[in-house]
Amino acid sequence: MSSSIDGINAALAATTAWLALGMLGLLRPHSVRWVGRVLFPISAALSLVLAGIGLASVLKAPQAAVLPLGLPDLLFHVRLDPLSGFFLFLLGVTATGISIFSAGYFRTGEGTPPGLMCFQYHLFLASMGAVLLADDAYLFMVAWETMALASYFLVTTHHRLPEIRQAGFLYLLIAHVGALGILLCFGVMHGTGWQFTFDAMRTAHLAPGWSSVAFGLALFGFGAKAGMVPLHVWLPEAHPAAPSPVSALMSGVMLKTAIYGLIRVTYDLLGTIRWEWGLTVLIAGSVTTLFGVLFALMQHHLKRLLAYHSIENIGIILIGLGLSLTYIGTGHPALGALGLAAALYHTLNHAVFKSLLFLGAGSIQHVTGERELGRMGGLARWLPRTAFLFLVGSLAISALPPLNGFVSEWLTFQAALLSPALESGVLRSVIPLAAAGLALAGALTAMCFVKVYGVVFLGAPRAPKETELHDVGRWEQTGMAWLAAGCVILGLAPVPMLRLLDHVARLLIGQSLGSQALRSGWLWLTPVAAERASYNPIVFLVLIVGVTLLTFVLVRRFYHGRLRRAPAWDCGFGGLDARMQDTAEGFSQPIRHMFGPVYEMERHLPSASDAKPRFHLEIRDRFWSVLYLPLAGLVEAVSRQVGRLQAGRISIYLLYSFLTTIFLLLFV
Amino acid sequence: MSLSGVLNQLLQSLLVVAAAPLLMGWVNQCRAWLANRRGPGILQPYRTLHKLFHKDAALAEGASWLFRVNPYIQLGAMVLAASLVPMLAVDLPLAPAADVIALVGVFAVARVFASLAAMDIGTAFGSLGARREMFVGALAEPALLILFFNFSLVSHSTSLTTIVQTLAHQQFVLHASLAFAAVAFVMVLLAENARIPVDNPATHLELTMIHEALILEYSARHLALIEWAVAIKLFVYFAIGIACFLPWGIAQAGDWAAVPLATGLLLGKMALAGAGLAVVETVNAKLRLFRAPEFLATAFLLAMLGLLLHFVLQV
Amino acid sequence: MAIPFSWQLINLLAALLLLIAFAMLAQRRVTALIGLYAGQGLVLAASTAAMARISGLPHLYVSAALTLALKVFALPWLLHRVIRRLEIRWEVEPLINIPATMLVGIGLVIFAFNLAEPISQMASPITRSTLGIATASVLLAFLMMITRRKAVTQVIAFLAMENGLFFAATSATRGMPLVVELGIALDVLVGALIFGIFFFHIRETFDSLDIHHMEKLKEH
Repeated sequence: MSSSIDGINAALAATTAWLALGMLGLLRPHSVRWVGRVLFPISAALSLVLAGIGLASVLKAPQAAVLPLGLPDLLFHVRLDPLSGFFLFLLGVTATGISIFSAGYFRTGEGTPPGLMCFQYHLFLASMGAVLLADDAYLFMVAWETMALASYFLVTTHHRLPEIRQAGFLYLLIAHVGALGILLCFGVMHGTGWQFTFDAMRTAHLAPGWSSVAFGLALFGFGAKAGMVPLHVWLPEAHPAAPSPVSALMSGVMLKTAIYGLIRVTYDLLGTIRWEWGLTVLIAGSVTTLFGVLFALMQHHLKRLLAYHSIENIGIILIGLGLSLTYIGTGHPALGALGLAAALYHTLNHAVFKSLLFLGAGSIQHVTGERELGRMGGLARWLPRTAFLFLVGSLAISALPPLNGFVSEWLTFQAALLSPALESGVLRSVIPLAAAGLALAGALTAMCFVKVYGVVFLGAPRAPKETELHDVGRWEQTGMAWLAAGCVILGLAPVPMLRLLDHVARLLIGQSLGSQALRSGWLWLTPVAAERASYNPIVFLVLIVGVTLLTFVLVRRFYHGRLRRAPAWDCGFGGLDARMQDTAEGFSQPIRHMFGPVYEMERHLPSASDAKPRFHLEIRDRFWSVLYLPLAGLVEAVSRQVGRLQAGRISIYLLYSFLTTIFLLLFV
Repeated sequence: MSLSGVLNQLLQSLLVVAAAPLLMGWVNQCRAWLANRRGPGILQPYRTLHKLFHKDAALAEGASWLFRVNPYIQLGAMVLAASLVPMLAVDLPLAPAADVIALVGVFAVARVFASLAAMDIGTAFGSLGARREMFVGALAEPALLILFFNFSLVSHSTSLTTIVQTLAHQQFVLHASLAFAAVAFVMVLLAENARIPVDNPATHLELTMIHEALILEYSARHLALIEWAVAIKLFVYFAIGIACFLPWGIAQAGDWAAVPLATGLLLGKMALAGAGLAVVETVNAKLRLFRAPEFLATAFLLAMLGLLLHFVLQV
Repeated sequence: MAIPFSWQLINLLAALLLLIAFAMLAQRRVTALIGLYAGQGLVLAASTAAMARISGLPHLYVSAALTLALKVFALPWLLHRVIRRLEIRWEVEPLINIPATMLVGIGLVIFAFNLAEPISQMASPITRSTLGIATASVLLAFLMMITRRKAVTQVIAFLAMENGLFFAATSATRGMPLVVELGIALDVLVGALIFGIFFFHIRETFDSLDIHHMEKLKEH
């Protein structure tokens, strides 16, 4: 057996080992010690190993194998190529942090016992691994549905609460509608050979019309999983309902499997790419980005807010993919490679910082028992380490240099700025609009996270604290620190990462990012050419820190460091209290004012004569009233009509069967 | 990395740090003259800084490390920004570390830390200032980014040195899209530097202030550092405007003979720009706060229009 | 860059025309609006003169002079007089808020540019760029007419629309025959006068220039 087969065997072994760990959790389902202190640390180590395997396989040629499992005629095919390797790396890196965190997180309490939870968690991980490794439609769909089911059970951990059951149902519903789309997409793509391996699909030649149909179905199916507008409605319901490590896993990794599926189908299986697809994805991405951030700003429930930011970031990834598809479709594969690299880079970045933020939200919830931003405040005093790690995540997601979020947005901008290479006037004028949308979203994200961090960690506590709070335990801190380190490293060393992505681009597009991009040394990021654009995060960081320290020393040296504490300035009125701080709703009020038409708002303003003045504000998603409620009404009406068939008498049912038989005999 | 480049880099950074309060003083003096006042003289900012550094800092109870570190970060970010923009000559060894997009990022870092520090104390004013600052920034930042994209389309580069080289040292071309960018830039400059009509740097009126609310709790050396950073920020914005719209006179790489002339030209342009700013501030009234988004949205849309125009006019 | 300087100048003037069209869309005060209209006339006159220099057609100079006299001095003066006599409130209240109007405007510009692209492929290179802008300024003026409430603003928008058409004529077809231009100039002048008379009548009838009141005129 050659060494090239070893990578895939190792990946399969790691995935199977996850499953086994989950089973072990069932041995002692109620023991927190067994699950938390033994199984989860092992799982974290396993994730790290898988990340290594993924990383190694990005550099290698694709390896395929057939498993002796599955149906007699349809054995499971698996394949490990740079694309799946990259996503395995993402899965492994993120799962490492989340598993370490989970080791300290699970406690006995209501809801699912920890052992069962451990089983579901690892089933979820293993199914995501299987999705990435699958090389035929059958295994892909089995793994995909297992992933949906496992996450459904995880979402409904606290199944005693009705709203959580409702969120779970909505999630399952949309996941299945999406899965239907994917299934149909594979159905279109299998061509004429009735072969469901991806290899057969790669070689099958589809008519342009059919390939566009397949692309549309794939975009619908994977878009539903990724949270693309208007299929996003499940996301802000399901993510807050799940326990935090699960939210982190869902937002950080599961959404990315949808991105993986979209890339796999579009770039790899469909073959010829058309620019119209790119334009569709670009527009969908821009809308999703702006929608996500505008609604995130309006949230006052921390995890819901993060969920809306996941929608936004999926939009950013889609913008990168849309640019890439547009460039490839118009015959500029080199530019397409840059767009793809930007999208993949952002995929990894989002996985890292969003998991970190969800874990941070979980820590806050554990310590304070609060989910509402309006009852937090000043937590940095009690949770200094969590506060610091959360700050890193906030700065990263706000796309501030020199952290990782900035690098991928920078690459996306660079890809968008290459639009003059296109011949079509429409495309050239749409791409800058997408870039403008991205710029606006980036700035609004920064505003949103200033709000979150300021309201949660800074200022004075808004609700009285009955007990002294303590920072989260060492396991949790280590898990978050691992992800925070990821934010910093991915931000400071973009060039090695880009080299990895170059392998993926060469596999999918057959085009390298170009020698210029990779030859300027590992410090200098120059995606096109050095004169065109360059970025060096390390110089950036060194300079800003250097000046900061130098100033500090100089001020101390030439003047003094004398300091006295005084109460904050209260304008001479006295009685400054915590309620005078801005609330989360207040902070985003200007945005609500300016982008008013976007929101569906229900507002109750207190009047001067009110005995009990009360301010009430509710902001709803317009898609509910415009799209989903009419749709639900339609489905209900149709099913009522269908319901008439159900007369309740056996002879009538027999008549149906009889007629069906006659019909089939006649026509088939 | 050439020796002349390093020298130029050092010279420029020192010049900016030293001359920024002078520019601030000049703008204030011009405003005083335009309002028929005598004015405190253009050296007043130095005297203020000196006085502030000598005072004992009063720190509000409950202020965390973020609050204390922020003034230093402000200064650090602005000095970094100052070393990225070509002012005297185009060979800056540090300039490739960040292009215009990253430059916008530097300003964003400063803004985010300033706002976080303002929320740290937990007073009404702090969070009010933070909210307004982030809101104005959330609209000004994309406008700035998009107007830079206009330049990137013209010069096929997002690096400021290449932009300057294309505009100043190649055949002169009238770029119509840059007319839009110019208008948008002036609007962004006014908003980002807390100037009339978006904010009034001379007021402490709580209903309207943005920047002053943000730094209300700072005193002594912390306040001095912030004021200095604000002055550098104005200088850098002027320098960006000069590099983009009036780049003539910025020396070529290695051309040492041209540097004294470039320095003189730079100071001259700065003085003119400062006087221009004073005129703009004098003839305009401060906008109601709710009009500020409209003002900035106009800047954003103008910058976007410039992009579209570029594609149509093909120049 | 192979484009000669005079063409660059025309491009720049075209851009200014569009810029002013947008400024008019964003402007709230009627007096400032008239000022912008005069500015647009100035740009138009300059571009016509530049065009005359390039093409060497002497009648374009006449038309430039005519534009200058009519659109920079005569009409703005007339409008100022009208609003002073009518004591119109300065603030124009738009029907849709201004950023939204501007966004629609951007959409119109993209539409106009793409509309003009195939036509201008056939024409000379200078036309390619300016035709789109002319179309855009006509559409923007139209938008302004739709979104404003006061009759005076609507008239200014109408005049701005004519500016866009005139620009299209000079830049795309190197100007119309002089007779036609004189006719149009006269038309505009007479049109403005008629509008002026209308203003007085509207106000006498409704005691206001708000076109909302005209909604009462429909049959029930």
